[in-house]
Amino acid sequence: MVYQERVAWSQLIVSVIAIAVYVALVVRSADGGELTSVDWLPLMLWTIGGGIVLTIVLSILWGIVAGMRDPQSATATDIRDRDISRLGGRVEHSFLVIAGLGVIALCAAGAHLFWIANTMFLGFAISALIGGIARVIAYRRGLV
Amino acid sequence: MVKPTLVTNTIRSRREEAGMTQAELARLIGVTRQTLIAIEQGRYSPTLEIAFQIARAFGLPLEDLFQYPEPTQKRDD
Repeated sequence: MVYQERVAWSQLIVSVIAIAVYVALVVRSADGGELTSVDWLPLMLWTIGGGIVLTIVLSILWGIVAGMRDPQSATATDIRDRDISRLGGRVEHSFLVIAGLGVIALCAAGAHLFWIANTMFLGFAISALIGGIARVIAYRRGLV
Repeated sequence: MVKPTLVTNTIRSRREEAGMTQAELARLIGVTRQTLIAIEQGRYSPTLEIAFQIARAFGLPLEDLFQYPEPTQKRDD
């Protein structure tokens, strides 16, 4: 597995964990009450920060293990990695646009700040998730 | 779903004839071994530049390594 594929897998795994943890934390904080009453900002910031740190740590640890097996190609990248990265970026971009449009629609409708912020957050999370899936599929199944 | 390519290649058999490993050929053309494997298996269409580098590594013209089927003739009704 090449360096960029490990990064894609790390991103994918962390996206799933981050989404699950964030949703669980928000639902638990609501404690059966209104979701809009939840103090979502610290939860969101901790999830984003934790997700970034976890992705970096996972990539480094995986890289160390891969480096012990094959030191020469542990961090090598080439044009296929760039092509797959571009594909993942395009997929991510489309979901960010959808989330952005959703935010505009919610603002126009005068929605609660909770829904506006969480729509954008969900857009980031889903785009990272789908982008990660697209990259992993391209690595496994091919890019032609 | 990834659209399959119509381009086929004989890189693997040429490489084995030349007694070259995947790692050696990959290093020679400046890609990772995984990328060379993907090219050999038709899971990645190489750029023209890589295609020429592979052809040069074997001292062969491109057509000897990469094949593209002739278009099927449509019958005029």
